[in-house]
Amino acid sequence: MTCILETRSLNKEFGAVIAAKDLNVQIHKGEVVGVIGSNGAGKTTFINMVTGYLKPTRGEILFNGKSIMGHSPRAITRAGMARSFQVAQLFPEMTVLDNLIVALAAAESARPSFLSPLRSDARIARAEEVLKEFGVANYRDSMVTAVPQGARKLVDIAMALIGNPQMLLLDEPTSGVSMDEKTGLMDTVMNAVRQHGVTVLFVEHDMDVVERYVSRVLAFYSGEIIADGKPAAVLADQQVRDLVTGHRPTIKQGNGAS
Amino acid sequence: MRLDKTEISLGLIALGCVLFGFVSPGWLIFLLTIALAKALVVQGVVMQMRSGLVSFGQGLFYCIGGYTVGMGGQFFGIHDAVAALSLGMFVAIIIAMLLGLLLTRYREIFFAMLSLAFSMILFGILVKSQELGSTDGFNVHDWTLFGWAPEAGAGSQYTVFTMTVVSGLIVAVLIHRYTKAGIGVICEAVRENEVRVEYLGLSPRWLLYGNYVAAAAVSALGGGLTALATGHVDPEMAYWTTSGEFVFIALLGGLGHVAAPFIAAIVFSFVRTYAIEFVPHTWQMILGFTLLAVIIFLPKGLWSLVSREKTGERA
Repeated sequence: MTCILETRSLNKEFGAVIAAKDLNVQIHKGEVVGVIGSNGAGKTTFINMVTGYLKPTRGEILFNGKSIMGHSPRAITRAGMARSFQVAQLFPEMTVLDNLIVALAAAESARPSFLSPLRSDARIARAEEVLKEFGVANYRDSMVTAVPQGARKLVDIAMALIGNPQMLLLDEPTSGVSMDEKTGLMDTVMNAVRQHGVTVLFVEHDMDVVERYVSRVLAFYSGEIIADGKPAAVLADQQVRDLVTGHRPTIKQGNGAS
Repeated sequence: MRLDKTEISLGLIALGCVLFGFVSPGWLIFLLTIALAKALVVQGVVMQMRSGLVSFGQGLFYCIGGYTVGMGGQFFGIHDAVAALSLGMFVAIIIAMLLGLLLTRYREIFFAMLSLAFSMILFGILVKSQELGSTDGFNVHDWTLFGWAPEAGAGSQYTVFTMTVVSGLIVAVLIHRYTKAGIGVICEAVRENEVRVEYLGLSPRWLLYGNYVAAAAVSALGGGLTALATGHVDPEMAYWTTSGEFVFIALLGGLGHVAAPFIAAIVFSFVRTYAIEFVPHTWQMILGFTLLAVIIFLPKGLWSLVSREKTGERA
């Protein structure tokens, strides 16, 4: 498989704190990769470096074989790598439809027009199509602030996907979403992702979500990758159980004890 | 070019203003001319407010527009009003292109104070320039319009009023389209969430830069028209109280519609004129109370009275 994203000896230091240590990762086209790790393990730092938000201290990042070191987030987005955020990053004083129209217009051109209307029929139709795809069409004309958390997350991801990126990075897509909504949200996102043929890397704390949706897992601990492989193997790894997922108590049926 | 309802309404109001000018007394025409010219400067302030930046130094471009018109006639033999106004806008664009490189790196109070600083630097330079009349400024030469020289007095006053109304109409239509166009809406998006705009593949800084330069051009036009109407320019045009007045009018009108700055500028001019007339020693207090009342009762400005009426809302 062709490698779409590669990091070589990627390091990030904040003074004496080492947030990322010699990260060597290869993500292949079409993969769905889950990134797990406890708080402060370096997951978001990794995503922030790859998407240009943080400048690595050392190392190299290649996207489609070309270095993107030192590139701005917008240049990386334009190169085909989009992202969503732990806290949905939307335009709160706009409607859901307008959020998507802005994202679509941005994807079409880096130089927005001075006089042609943003809300063209073609853009409205495309944005409505994406809203339906993500199951949030009923919020079309709602202000973002009036939309539930789960739907906001979906709009955030839809905005990242509307520009047809090659790779999508999702930072904790199910955080702040109720247990009941998680599966529905991830099903919707993964269906959309499959249709667009996008490579996905997502940070997640819920191991059930990880097991269910990813083809590969990267386990982070203290700025390092301690395991990389199929979900079943990584989640069964003793070191991962000790340092990342913890030992889940075995519940014995019948006697009420755990 | 298809015109929408707002543009047709603006056109009809402009026509009404021009016709009203025929039957109005000179003092009223003058007051309206100055109010509308200042409204153009306020349009520049509002354009930036929509993108989340408050300029406390828009007097810089107001002054550049005015002084370019004055200096064009005084030193370079440019007597045609349209040529002088265009030159004023051109000079403002060039200066905004230079200053914008620095200013668009800053946000919030830092942008406000830096824009004010540049305006005060120009004020300082003009005050020290004996050739430009120092604190007294200088008079603007008689001007022509495409070779036609309006008769001095009422003729000239009515001509500059008509020019201001037409300029106001053109600017209002362009800004109306601009606010609905890609850059206008995305500038509002920058105000709401700059990080997201960056991650959509756009540069917030360059968007703000384009907006800043466009706002400078509009404000310079207002300054040039004021110079033609008053026949005089002085450094006060760049002073911080002048810039403060533009922010005052912007808050008075609100950001809700392109017509809001025009309405607010007219209301402001009347309130100030009558306050000076009836309470000459405390007129600033009257203006202060007016702004206070607007902020408390109409936080979205005078335009919210119109929009409430339209949407059937009750206060």
